[in-house]
Amino acid sequence: MYDPTVARLTYRALLGRRRALILGALPLLLIVISVVVRGLAGADDQTASDLLGGLALATMVPIIGVIAGTGAIGPEIDDGSVVYLLSKPLKRPTIIFTKLIVAIGVTMVFSALPTLIAGFILNGNGQQIAVAYTVAALVASIAYASMFLLLGTVSRHAVVLGLVYALVWEALFGSLVSGARTLSVQQWSLAVAHKVAGGDLVTSDVGLTTAVVLLVVVTVLATWYAGQKLRSLTLAGEE
Amino acid sequence: MAIEHPVAPAPGDQTRIHNIGYRNYDGPRLGRSYATRSLYSQSLRGSYGLGRSVKSKVLPMLLFVVMCVPAAIMVAVAVATKAKDLPVDYTRYAIIMQAVISLYVASQAPQSVSRDLRFKTVPLYFSRPIETADYVRAKYAALASAMFILTAAPLLVLYVGALLAKLDFADQTEGFAQGLVSVALLSLLFAGIGLVIASITPRRGFGIAAVIAVLTISYGAVSTLQAIADAQDSSGSIAWIGLFSPVTLIDGVQSAFLGAESAFPGAVGPSNGEGAVYVLVLLGLIAACYGLLMRRYRKVGL
Repeated sequence: MYDPTVARLTYRALLGRRRALILGALPLLLIVISVVVRGLAGADDQTASDLLGGLALATMVPIIGVIAGTGAIGPEIDDGSVVYLLSKPLKRPTIIFTKLIVAIGVTMVFSALPTLIAGFILNGNGQQIAVAYTVAALVASIAYASMFLLLGTVSRHAVVLGLVYALVWEALFGSLVSGARTLSVQQWSLAVAHKVAGGDLVTSDVGLTTAVVLLVVVTVLATWYAGQKLRSLTLAGEE
Repeated sequence: MAIEHPVAPAPGDQTRIHNIGYRNYDGPRLGRSYATRSLYSQSLRGSYGLGRSVKSKVLPMLLFVVMCVPAAIMVAVAVATKAKDLPVDYTRYAIIMQAVISLYVASQAPQSVSRDLRFKTVPLYFSRPIETADYVRAKYAALASAMFILTAAPLLVLYVGALLAKLDFADQTEGFAQGLVSVALLSLLFAGIGLVIASITPRRGFGIAAVIAVLTISYGAVSTLQAIADAQDSSGSIAWIGLFSPVTLIDGVQSAFLGAESAFPGAVGPSNGEGAVYVLVLLGLIAACYGLLMRRYRKVGL
């Protein structure tokens, strides 16, 4: 199910040349902001929770997920070089699974790790906040990467669609319509984080059981369907 | 190969060039400004998908509709309830809809420049009479105009609706004019930032994500810091923090000089002195975007 060569190629496509630097700018910004906030406001659990929840989990994880998830397969389909990969004697679901593993790994390294560091800078993991949000970011990375990888195989406008989901659905509708929060990766991962932290600082609108079931279902379904989609891929010409 | 033969005129020199009827073009030449105008109008049409495939019309048109529908609903409510005032100020509308505006600029800026880079068509443009500066100006003006259409159309809906609801004419006209100035500045700033980022990468998808990341992460970071500064009762620093993201920059300028209410936490807008700094930074950023684009295209494709 896992092919090291495909993994290496995907990894190089995602992080090769200067792309790692650009991807690294976002986590760096988060850490810089945490240092500034710690300097301005001192260690405060509520502030730490607001910053990690508002900036790290709500904005940074989805954006890095979009870049890694769609970037793992989108450009190859876009410029047609995916045929060289598909013509190799590899099962298509294997290709998808390998690319998914790499995308998840990249998203985790560039979003969950900085979240942990930022959490420790902000309040030294008081009330388990840093660990809770890191767990949320790890869980969200898996779901986002699989969803956006699927989008990458379905549409040429995967990046836009992914961003519309992350910014318009989760952020805008999620803050206006409470029903939209039930169908949001962010809230599912917050439910897991709530279980880890235990306190009232990290809360979610979704129960833990619902959240875990939905997370697993979305991840598995998205991966399976992406594999199916790749089996019957037709290359379209440039628009 | 024929070209390898040494040129040795045969004795008696039988060679001649036959005239097979090709003619020179001696009609009017439309020149540099015409080429620039064409590039401008094609880019502007392209930002709304006109003259392109149906698929590429969907997103810009959808975002345009999403921009205008809330304005139409507000107008309908105001007319039906005979309200004394519109529910939202003209200057506030763009701030509320910033997610849609960011998505538009993120999707259309790479469309405008990244494809030229990726398919290496930039040298073809420069084989025409236009120069680097013309290309940059045409692309910049086209995207800024497209953004202005996107942001000014809902204001027009609000204004017409307000007049239909028989609200005070002078009051509404003043608000409308202030709103137009604000969205014009916003269009110039967002178009500049979008084009600078998009012109760096030939990958369309990566450009979209990069533009969105710059716009939303900077706004997220700035508003988080402002909220913390507000909670710490250091309201003096709120205005200074606002300088660091495009949306709060526009917000600061319009609340200092265009009679808008600030969307900053605690509604503490910048004072007049700070407002002057805001305007300077805003104009400086627009000029810097233009300068960076000129630098980027000075060497591209050669």
